[in-house]
Amino acid sequence: MNKLVLTEEENMLADMARGFLDGAAPVSAFRKLRDEGKTHDAKLWTEMADMGWAGVLVPEAAGGSDMGFAAANVIAREMGKTLAVSPFLSSAVIAATALRQVSDDRAMAALAKIASGDVTYALAVDEGIKHDPDASAMEAKADGNGFRLTGKKTFVVDGAMADRLLVLAKTADGLTLFDIPADRAGITRTQSNMIDARDAAKINFDDVEATGDDVLGQVDSAMDILKPALQAGQAALAAEMTGLTAGALDMTVSYLKERKQFGVEIGRFQALQHRAAHLWCETEVTASAILNAGRLLDSDPENAEMAVSLAKAKATSTAILAVQEGVQMHGGVGMTDAFDMGFYMKRARVSAEWLGDYSYHAEKVAAARGF
Amino acid sequence: MSDTQSTEEFRAELREWLEANCPQEMRDGAMTEEGICWGGKNWVFTSDAQQQWLERCASKGYTVPTWPVDCGGAALNREQEKIFHEEMGRIDARSPLESFGIWMLGPALLHFGTQEQKVEYLPPIARGEVRWCQGYSEPGAGSDLANVQTHGADKGDHWLVNGQKIWTSYADKADRIFALVRTDREAPKHKGISFLLIDMEDAGVETRPIKMISGISPFCETFFTDVKVSKEMIVGTENRGWDVAKYLLTHEREMISGGGAGLSGGGRALGAVLNDTMETLDATLRADAMRCEIDALAIGLTLERYKDQAEAGQGAGDASAMLKYMGTELNKQRHELMMTAGGSAALEWDGDVGNRAGDWLRTKANSIEGGTSEVMLSIVSRRVLGLPA
Repeated sequence: MNKLVLTEEENMLADMARGFLDGAAPVSAFRKLRDEGKTHDAKLWTEMADMGWAGVLVPEAAGGSDMGFAAANVIAREMGKTLAVSPFLSSAVIAATALRQVSDDRAMAALAKIASGDVTYALAVDEGIKHDPDASAMEAKADGNGFRLTGKKTFVVDGAMADRLLVLAKTADGLTLFDIPADRAGITRTQSNMIDARDAAKINFDDVEATGDDVLGQVDSAMDILKPALQAGQAALAAEMTGLTAGALDMTVSYLKERKQFGVEIGRFQALQHRAAHLWCETEVTASAILNAGRLLDSDPENAEMAVSLAKAKATSTAILAVQEGVQMHGGVGMTDAFDMGFYMKRARVSAEWLGDYSYHAEKVAAARGF
Repeated sequence: MSDTQSTEEFRAELREWLEANCPQEMRDGAMTEEGICWGGKNWVFTSDAQQQWLERCASKGYTVPTWPVDCGGAALNREQEKIFHEEMGRIDARSPLESFGIWMLGPALLHFGTQEQKVEYLPPIARGEVRWCQGYSEPGAGSDLANVQTHGADKGDHWLVNGQKIWTSYADKADRIFALVRTDREAPKHKGISFLLIDMEDAGVETRPIKMISGISPFCETFFTDVKVSKEMIVGTENRGWDVAKYLLTHEREMISGGGAGLSGGGRALGAVLNDTMETLDATLRADAMRCEIDALAIGLTLERYKDQAEAGQGAGDASAMLKYMGTELNKQRHELMMTAGGSAALEWDGDVGNRAGDWLRTKANSIEGGTSEVMLSIVSRRVLGLPA
C-alpha cells in the first residue's frame, strides 16, 4: 500500500535540503541574480549535483542517486520555498525521466552526464501560447538516414543555457523526440525577458540536421518517452509550487503578527484571520495531491496520469491564491520591488502556465472521471 | 482477523463473504435519506433485505469494522479497513448501518469510557439496537457551545437535570441522548460541564421536531424537566465533559466533511447527475463541476493522508476543523450544481429528479452544524497559524 505519509528518509531529505538551501539559495540570492541580469547560478548547480540532486532520477549504474519521484518532489518543494534557481526540473527530472525510458548505452552515458551536473537539458515542446504537445507542427523531414528539422519552439524553459535540447517534431507517421546539442548548426536561441527572471527561450530551427542516433526512442513514437517525462516534470513542478505557496503563506502570517494598525496587530482582525486560515486549508489538501502523485509515479507510473494532473491543477490554483492573498494582506509594501512577495507572485504565474495550466490538467482529470 | 493473514487473503475472504451475504437490493450504493438504516428500538426496516444486511454485517462486526471485537467490531487494521471500503464500494453495497452512536458517541466512549461502559453501550450500537442522539446546542449556546446552561443539580447519587437543547437531530426517533450539562455554575464555563447519558424515555424528557426549509424535520428541540440522571451515567470525569465534547466534535466534523469528499452521497450523486445530463451540460456548468471534482479528489486524498499519518503515529493536529470546513463548503457547491443541472425539474418537491431540492436545502446546514465554517476558520487561525485571539 502506498502510504500517504512522508517516510523518515523523505523527512530527512527535506531537512537536509532546507539546511543547504537556506545557506546557498535564500531569496536574497535570487534577488542578487535578478539584479545582475543572470538566470543561472553554475556554482549552485554544481553543489546540488554533488549532493546527488542532479542524479535524483538517474540509475546508480549511471552514477545517479536514484531516489525516485517522491524524493524529487521533496527536493523541488524545498527549492520552491526560497525560489532557488536551477535546471533541476528540466535536466534532473524531465530529461532524466525521458532518457530512462531508453536504457541503451547512449542513454546511460547521457544520464551519467546529467547526474554529474556536467550537461544540462531543456525540453522544447511548446509552439503556441498554450502547452499542447500533440499539436506540435514543427517538421522533421526524412533525409537519407536522418532528418532535417525546421520550425519554431517557444517557452523553452532553461532553453538559453541548456547544453542539449529534447525537441518534439512531426515525422511521417507521428511525433518523434530528438536529443540534440543546443549549438548545432541552424539553431538560433533567443532568451525571453521573463517576468520571473528565469531562463526561457524562443528557439528557431532552420534546416537542422539530425541523425538516426539523435532520435530518442522510436521514430513516430515520441509519446512513449515524452509522456512519462512530462508527468514527472508536472508533478515536480506542482511540488515546487507547494513550496512557493508555503513560503508566501509563512511570510504573510508573520506579517499579520507584526504589522500594527488601529493600535493592534492586524492578525487580530477576523477578516484577515479567515483569509489566512482558508489559504492554509487549501495548502493542506494540495499537499495530499502532491504526495499521492509522487507515490503513484514511483509505484504505478502507467496509471499516474490523473494523479499528476490533479496535483498540477490543485497546486496551481492554491499557489495563485497564496500570492494574491500575500500581496493583498501585505498591503502597499507587498506591491514594492524591494519586498519579496512580488517574486513569488511572478514565479507562481510562470509555473501555473508551464507544462499545462489549470484547465489543461482539469480536462485530464475530467476525462479520467468520465465527464 | 489474525495479524498474520495476508492482505490478499483478507480481500479474497471478504469478497467471498460479501458475494454470499450482501442482498442484491442492498447493492445500489444508496446513501439517500430513505436508503439509510439508522437502527434503534423503534426502527422499522424498509425491507427484509435491509434487516438481513444489518444482521449479517453485525454478526461479523462489519457495522463498525475498526472497533474492538468485544465492543461489537471486527478489529480491522488500517489496511484492512481500506480494503473493506474498497470491496464494499466494488459491489456498490449500502452501508448496513449509520448512526450517531457509530460516528460520535462510539469514538468518545472508546477513548474516555470505562471498560464496563464500553461493553455495555457499544455492542448495542454496533447491532443497531439502540439509537443515540446528540444534546449539545442550546438556544443560547450555538457557536459559543461552552455556554451551555442546561443544569444538573447534585443530589447525591444523581443529578436533577433541567434545561433545553436544540438541533437535537432525530431526537424524536432516538432511544438515548448524550448531553452536555452544566454541573458547576461557579467554575469557568469550560470547566463546569459534564458529559451525561440520558434515556429518552425517562420522566421529564420531552422532544419536538422542528420543521426545516427542506420540508422535513430531522432536527428537534428537547426539554428536560426534573430529569433524574444517575451518577453512573457520566462519561469521563465530572466537570471535565468539555474534553469529551471536543474529542467527539472532531469525529463529528470528520463525519460531516466526508459528505463533500466524494466518499458518500454527495460525490456519487454529482457524478451521476452530470453524466445523465451530459448532452445538455453547458460549458460553464461543466467547468464548475470539474473544479468541484478536483477539490473533492484532493479532500478525499487528505482524509486518507490523515488516517495514514495517525497510523504512523504522526498527529494531524487540528485537521478535523479544516476537513469540516473544506468538505461542507464543497458539498454545498456540488448541490448547487446539481440543482442547476436539474433545471426546472429540480424545482418540484419529489418530482422527476426525486428529492433533489430537499437534499440541496439540507446541505445548507452542513456548514453550520458541528461548528460553523467561521468557527472552523477561527480554530485554524488560532491553533495552526498562531494568530492572536
